[in-house]
Amino acid sequence: MGKLIVSLSPHAHGLDSVERNMRGVIIALLPALLVSFYYFGLGSVVVCLTSIASCMFFEWAITKYLLRRPTTLSDCSAMLTGLLLGMNLPSNFPIWMILIGSLVSIGVGKMTFGGLGCNIFNPALVGRCFLLVSFPAAMTSWPVSGQMDAYTDAVTGATPLSLMKTAIKTGNSHLLENLPSSIDMLLGNMSNGMGAGTMGEVCALALLLGLVYMLCRRIITWHIPVSIIATVLVFSGLLHLANPIYANPLQVILSGGLLLGAIFMATDYVTSPMTHRGQIIYGVAIGFLTVAIRNWGSYPEGMSFAILIMNAFTPLINFYVKPKRFGEKPAANR
Amino acid sequence: MLTAVIVLAVIALIAAVVLFVVSKKFAVEEDPRIGRVQEVLPGANCGGCGFAGCSGLATALVAGADKGSIEGLSCPVGGPTVMGQVADLLGMAIEASDPKVAVVRCNGGCESRPRVAEYDGLHTCAAMNATGAGETACGYGCLGCGDCAAACQFGGLRMNEETGLPEVDEDVCTACGACVKVCPRHIIELRKKGPKNRRVFVSCVNKDKGAVARKACQAACIGCGKCQKVCKFDAITVVNNISYIDDSKCRLCTQCVDACPTHAIVKVHFPIKRNVVKLEEEKEEQA
Amino acid sequence: MKLHTFKIGGVHPEDNKLSSDVVAVEAALPKVAVFPLSQHIGAPAKPVVGKGDKVKVGTMIAEASGFVSAPIFSSVSGTVAKIDTVIDATGYQKPAIFINVEGDEWEDRIDRSETLETLANHPELTPEEIVARVKDAGVTGMGGAGFPTFIKLTPPPTAKAECVIINGVECEPYITADYRLMMEHPDEILVGLDLLMKAVRVEKGFIGIEENKPEAIRLLTEKTAHDPRVEVVPLKQKYPQGGEKQLVDAVMNRQVPAPPAIPVSVGAVVQNVGTAYAVYQAVMKRKPLFERYTTVTGKRLDHPANFIVRMGTPFGQLIEACGGLPDCDNKVLAGGPMMGKAVLNLDVPVCKGTNSVTVLSGADAHRQSAQPCIRCGKCVEACPMGLEPYLLATLSSLKDYDRLEKEEVTSCISCGSCQFTCPSHRPILDNILQGKGAVMGIIKARNAAKQTK
Repeated sequence: MGKLIVSLSPHAHGLDSVERNMRGVIIALLPALLVSFYYFGLGSVVVCLTSIASCMFFEWAITKYLLRRPTTLSDCSAMLTGLLLGMNLPSNFPIWMILIGSLVSIGVGKMTFGGLGCNIFNPALVGRCFLLVSFPAAMTSWPVSGQMDAYTDAVTGATPLSLMKTAIKTGNSHLLENLPSSIDMLLGNMSNGMGAGTMGEVCALALLLGLVYMLCRRIITWHIPVSIIATVLVFSGLLHLANPIYANPLQVILSGGLLLGAIFMATDYVTSPMTHRGQIIYGVAIGFLTVAIRNWGSYPEGMSFAILIMNAFTPLINFYVKPKRFGEKPAANR
Repeated sequence: MLTAVIVLAVIALIAAVVLFVVSKKFAVEEDPRIGRVQEVLPGANCGGCGFAGCSGLATALVAGADKGSIEGLSCPVGGPTVMGQVADLLGMAIEASDPKVAVVRCNGGCESRPRVAEYDGLHTCAAMNATGAGETACGYGCLGCGDCAAACQFGGLRMNEETGLPEVDEDVCTACGACVKVCPRHIIELRKKGPKNRRVFVSCVNKDKGAVARKACQAACIGCGKCQKVCKFDAITVVNNISYIDDSKCRLCTQCVDACPTHAIVKVHFPIKRNVVKLEEEKEEQA
Repeated sequence: MKLHTFKIGGVHPEDNKLSSDVVAVEAALPKVAVFPLSQHIGAPAKPVVGKGDKVKVGTMIAEASGFVSAPIFSSVSGTVAKIDTVIDATGYQKPAIFINVEGDEWEDRIDRSETLETLANHPELTPEEIVARVKDAGVTGMGGAGFPTFIKLTPPPTAKAECVIINGVECEPYITADYRLMMEHPDEILVGLDLLMKAVRVEKGFIGIEENKPEAIRLLTEKTAHDPRVEVVPLKQKYPQGGEKQLVDAVMNRQVPAPPAIPVSVGAVVQNVGTAYAVYQAVMKRKPLFERYTTVTGKRLDHPANFIVRMGTPFGQLIEACGGLPDCDNKVLAGGPMMGKAVLNLDVPVCKGTNSVTVLSGADAHRQSAQPCIRCGKCVEACPMGLEPYLLATLSSLKDYDRLEKEEVTSCISCGSCQFTCPSHRPILDNILQGKGAVMGIIKARNAAKQTK
């Protein structure tokens, strides 16, 4: 006969686990990953694998030799950070820079705060923004899609985002006519020699597939992605109506890292607010900041900065925004 | 060049004026004695005195001195030495109190107290206490998760891995009482340190009837009252099936220790008697 | 069919109602029946028998000792062996009466016939009389908590009852006792509801049943078709719908405010189906509460079953009757896996509130090791009281009781949804319960200090 076990209730568990959630996000990213392999070929494979491998290596090395505690590789979070970092880079990005980015992501972005669950900022975005300010040239040269066997030697071109920026700077709304159509942006079919952006943002449809998957498996709730996208839609729509130098809102949403950020980066558990009310505030603020940075900041892309800024506000949101308590609702008759 | 100098000078002037006004206007008048008392106090901020920290005690001491009495206020960490200095500083007299030490009143190590179940929850005594008796059948004894050791700011408590019970490091223990407060089973007590650190106490708090207590733990006090009978100083009382030795009456004659059938009464820091050693040797030989 | 449910939070544990179709049978009489004196919330009962006294089935062996208290009746005939202590479901040694069982002789006043007595046949029963009989029969809440029923039937003058809600939700996994009771004694339950409605002087009664019990919904809907005052409310399956406050929200769409408000503050008197049945038996058959439906279940038990158990029967005997404990690590629960208490040994007796003996075996008996909180917010989403469990758990472990009180830890109903849903397997509720206990103590001390002033 075995032992009798005692503990406080509850004695059942919903079988949810950290690993299941992390793996779910990785699976949700697969369509976008495959599409990026399809469009960028060799370069994207090299960048992604390097990024994943180096993030996992740094996580293992830091937990083992610096923190001296059991390794946390099995929860898949380092793998996810690596994958997200890779998808936020151009496919012609040199390996040694990726290594530096991974070290900053895992080392500075995550482990200095105490590891999974303790970090304030999204580690992948910390890495990306570090690379963006350190190597601005490499981080803003975007290969044209369809070069299967090219890596650092790939031909680059301007992205739709930089085109939008130029239109605003010069006040010339005719430039926007060169933008690819919304359908092309949805599928990632960048013709006429335009740069396709980072690996993850090339095909909006694949990202949306990932969103549907994560919603179905209840890995995330709709609050953050929907509030970001809706805010961008409304805000940039109003700007577009007021002045045609601002691009069509649909193209704003489909271009750049907006969907990648809204679906995969802003929804990061650790750095987003806990309550649904808080998540909506967070999403709306990210939407506003993104449009503002894109239109009036010095960088063409504002998604990652917007998310990092709101990451910093997350503790504050958690402190002030409380869920609706039971019994708060005034009595209503059936 | 000149404009820069003027601008900086003006800014400096404005800042100086603001600083001056603010420091005058918002200055907090504090009794200088509070600061001096605080310097004497150990500065551990342990809260053992019942205040949030040393400054709280210092304030209370000064306020008490103004009223003419600092009775009831004392620093358990600093003990009589520090309190003597404080009293000198404030011009007050204090009564000397006996130094105390934390005493763990449970003797139910792994051998004497068999485990009947396995606890599988949050590793704190408080949580385990909520499940009932815990891992053993004794609903009064030590739970062994070390809440007391975690509460001790001085590192004066350590969980003994062999017995699963906490051990007090008497040289470090300041009798601040943090462990006493945190123990959900109220096992730990502050007792007189005693001459040469010699103490006699009942190392059990089980209030169950003798048979039940004995079944749960071989080292339990069964409330038989033998100790009470042998005590010549009226120091022992048996209430609710548990014996208790009043340390203000106990003369450390150790009669009760020998009388206790379950060895629940413990003496510490006594020299080992010759004949006892012999007896034990004989026992071992017989075994 | 529109299904109602409560509005905030909730989780969906695996159903595991293994014994739904097993007709309840009488459990064998124990050799020694043990009656802990505190089987209810409130003051423990006071023994009125001594060693060597002869008792019959239905003899009062302990009387109520205070306003919030309930008498205890013997479920067996025999001789009082001793008044000693026993480890009950709380895990502590508690005073209890031990009775050696001899034969099965019942008190004469108990009507043992099967005939259905309806309220229409007994117009002489006044509300006061009903409440008095319920009180004298020692009826307490049968759903688990065990609050004396007569107190709920005499609401404070500040509140006005509007309806009686019968709780047939049984949202805990595994347990099927209430379901079997509804299937086997629907008429008695409905008379019990009639009595309860008369006792609190209302003309509206609801029966809340979750959708996973369609047979019970159908049966009771049929039986109540002729009675416009009673309505069967099918509810969406969601835990913890059986919680009083959640049930009131689901059925009446009213939310009970934070403590000290109670369901009757919004007009609802909630009673478990088992309680309704016990009320029927107490009032109409003069049978005090000494017997109940109890499920004995577990995935690895040979044949999970429902029993009509005499109280005082040890758990071990019931488990033996279902094939004995499986040969592995086990966790034996008084109650279901979400809120049940794990017992220390199998001598724990069945009490008034023991709706189930659940055996979790092997891997189910163990918790998984906790990982760091990833701040996913799933506990906040799951909390049916709209609290932030992650925060309460952290504050509890930091012993920040002021802030805990501000964050309304006292509203926590200990349902365990937070811990159930936590992907990091953190012992959230373990922590919160410590903090809640401490805060309740502080509030109590403060109120006491206020009163003495």
